[in-house]
Amino acid sequence: MSPRPKPEPVQVVKERRDAALNALVRGVPYIRFLGIGFERRGDELTAVLPFDETLIGNPLLPAIHGGVTAAFLEVTAIIELSWSLTWEEMESGRLDPRKLDPEHLPRLPKTIDFTVDYLRTGLPRDAYARARVNRSGRRYASVHVEAWQDNRTRLFAQGTGHFLMPERPLRASDG
Amino acid sequence: MDDRKLKAARQFIEAIPHSRALGMSLDTLEDGVAVISMAYDPRFVGDPQTGVIHGGAVSALMDTCSGAAVMSHPVSAAGTATIDLRIDYMRPARPGDRITARAECYHVTRSVAFVRATAHDEDKDRPVATATGAFTLERAPEGRS
Repeated sequence: MSPRPKPEPVQVVKERRDAALNALVRGVPYIRFLGIGFERRGDELTAVLPFDETLIGNPLLPAIHGGVTAAFLEVTAIIELSWSLTWEEMESGRLDPRKLDPEHLPRLPKTIDFTVDYLRTGLPRDAYARARVNRSGRRYASVHVEAWQDNRTRLFAQGTGHFLMPERPLRASDG
Repeated sequence: MDDRKLKAARQFIEAIPHSRALGMSLDTLEDGVAVISMAYDPRFVGDPQTGVIHGGAVSALMDTCSGAAVMSHPVSAAGTATIDLRIDYMRPARPGDRITARAECYHVTRSVAFVRATAHDEDKDRPVATATGAFTLERAPEGRS
């Protein structure tokens, strides 16, 4: 019996995964414009929208702009979907995240439609969101997103979107 | 709507911090119909490889425009908030083009307003996106308007 190969050091694995996520997120100017960041635990992502005065839509309440909430949910859905594709490619060794620069990013899915359900006023504080890919086919995907502020169980918005999947690049081995 | 009222509405909408951040400008507003537009800005790009504006920025424009349409409806709402908004993306907006949204509040009940909206770039014949939404309708107390 041949000896089992030594597992990769945890730091190497983490660095590779974080590099892939950063490349995905940093490449999109609008994500930077809104100030959205992503936290990772294994393959699970949480989007974080730190509060900023420029996100206000109703100065009297004050409340976060409905358009910001919609954008936050849509960004979270797209990154989750791209991340799930990237993760597979990366973990199988087909993709080397160190080679991901702005010119060599994975193609992003395109939104077909997106529906936002506004459940509560978006308060002037940080917001969080997590998305779940309910169906990811060769051409279409359906993703659900939930967003909250202080309490995980008290959602202030949720959304569902349908996406057109990016064309997978043909590899030499594909024939 | 006379010029004075339009000017007041324009100031109100352009003073909303996030509408300002996106550089929105109110073009027309009358009897439940609002037209709001937004210039192309590289900071709003969603796909760095094509330079196409992010769907989220188009959503923000549609949401603001829909809310303005509700507020300009002849029932004179005292306030409004989005209950639900669905956006269908027909095609990517052309990089560099100004995006214009037109929203129409086509029906109101005692407490709900129904809106549909369309967004286009400088090619006015082919919409970039359409939206339908339901909004709360807060009425001014009786006797005041």
